[in-house]
Amino acid sequence: MNDTAFQFHFDDQQISAEPGQTVAAALIAGGHLWWRRTRVHDRPRGLFCGIGVCFDCLVTINDRPNRRACLVEAQPGDQVSTQLGAGRAHLAN
Amino acid sequence: MPTSQTDPGYDIAVVGAGPAGLAAATSAANSGARVALIDSGARVGGQYWRHRRGDDIRHQHRWKEFRRLRGNLDHRRALIDYLPEHFVWHVERTGSGFSTHATCGDAERVVDSRAVVVATGAYDRQLPFPGWTLPGVFTAGAVQGLLKGQGVLAGRRVGVAGTGPFLLAVAAGLAEAGATVVGVFEAGLPTGFARHPLAVLANPGKVAEGAGYLRILARHRVPCHPRTGVIAAHASPSGDSVHGVTVARLDRDWRPVPGTDRRIDCDTVAVGYGFVPQIEIPLQLGCDTRLDVDDSLVAVVDDRQRSTVPGVFIAGEACGVGGAVLSVLEGELAGLHAAHLTGAGVPDPARVRRLARRRAAQRSFATAMHQAFPVAAGWSSWLDDDTVICRCEEVPASAVTRAVDQLGATDPRAVKLFARPGMGLCQGRMCGFATAGLVADRLGRTVTAEDLRGMSSRPIAQPITLGTLAAGPRGGRVS
Repeated sequence: MNDTAFQFHFDDQQISAEPGQTVAAALIAGGHLWWRRTRVHDRPRGLFCGIGVCFDCLVTINDRPNRRACLVEAQPGDQVSTQLGAGRAHLAN
Repeated sequence: MPTSQTDPGYDIAVVGAGPAGLAAATSAANSGARVALIDSGARVGGQYWRHRRGDDIRHQHRWKEFRRLRGNLDHRRALIDYLPEHFVWHVERTGSGFSTHATCGDAERVVDSRAVVVATGAYDRQLPFPGWTLPGVFTAGAVQGLLKGQGVLAGRRVGVAGTGPFLLAVAAGLAEAGATVVGVFEAGLPTGFARHPLAVLANPGKVAEGAGYLRILARHRVPCHPRTGVIAAHASPSGDSVHGVTVARLDRDWRPVPGTDRRIDCDTVAVGYGFVPQIEIPLQLGCDTRLDVDDSLVAVVDDRQRSTVPGVFIAGEACGVGGAVLSVLEGELAGLHAAHLTGAGVPDPARVRRLARRRAAQRSFATAMHQAFPVAAGWSSWLDDDTVICRCEEVPASAVTRAVDQLGATDPRAVKLFARPGMGLCQGRMCGFATAGLVADRLGRTVTAEDLRGMSSRPIAQPITLGTLAAGPRGGRVS
């Protein structure tokens, strides 16, 4: 299944993914357990329910915040960034 | 262009393409009904048959049954429009039936139909404990999904905790895939189901499945600890991952037995205390709900899988958690009866009787399992004041108990308004059961159906952007 593995960006790192793999699965396979910091207490969060129900795994993908990393399939060249708070930092730019 | 309300595009809209929804859609189409099969996933199968492209059958169960259902779906594509990656956020009654509102990417789609089959499944039920928000703590279903659907091991040293037979399946899958399972920590007493010999004898297949998992765990020397709970997870020095857990023997009420605490090193925890049925749509439509044997809020159905709202059928976990085999039977019955309601002939009585008999056997097994693996109220003694109850709004246990003790809240809905548990993006899906349990425990009573209804009502079941709403729907049949 991994003969056509590809790369995407996570902050300043390269992550390898297989076709059909979600962003969350590829990040976990790459050794990353969290990609968001919470709004109230600035705590790290990553995957929890894995099926789109809990919204813990929210992440910014190609400048769009609040994507569920457990549902979105990774695409070659994606720019995935750690999401801070409510993910509205881009509004300040 | 939305279809007009006097000419619904479909006979039946089936929401969910897991075991129940696949069975419903295909049995309805086999009876001649025009069906829209709407699902949030990219492929049919739901969570139970979650898979990547192709037929990778590693870690799968009853794959033959899945291939049969998928084959039926392919065979009936002239009558079934399959809509993948559609997130249903609202279903409403119209003059002649129902409008099912879904988002797909940035677009909204409205599916009009004369009947609806709700087959939305369930997700892992969670009980909070200190450290459960640390990265590395996952639901048992998430760990299973990573393995089955993604080919990824969640961690190297895994503790599996919670209650119910699903833990065995998850632990066995992890061990087979090469993880070190440091233990299965079952809060209940797994021998309890021996008190229901008739239900057990009627389901030799399920007993054999459980025995198979136990054999795998024995082969990999995975220790199984009954009446034991993971009562805390501990952070690594960086604070960003799990470093270990505290486990303790539990008494009958699930309070830790003093002096039995011990620390176990692990990098991952997979936890689940049964399942929460997804019943947003039945609640939106005004269907009656009830408290099931496992303390889940479920939709009320009759022997034809009809809810209390005419035209709305429910199949699978949404009308009572019972597993994939039961879901397929309920789905098939729902599909047959929904097709009949929308114009197909009377379903073959012999077939209906046969399905109903098998449904009864599966249901009695599920009931025996629920009675053998109850959640006991003493779990609240695991909490510290600052243990997060609501992961979204980061509400600590102390805020929930303060709302009861000092602000006079007498039900979880009032607590939600005072302290915000359940007010975040997941809308109480993760913390609803625990909040209701904690509040009831504080008030010295048990959880009621009304408590859970107060934490389960979600008029908008999926996040939808204002832009998508403003752009308006696309409707009608999809080719």
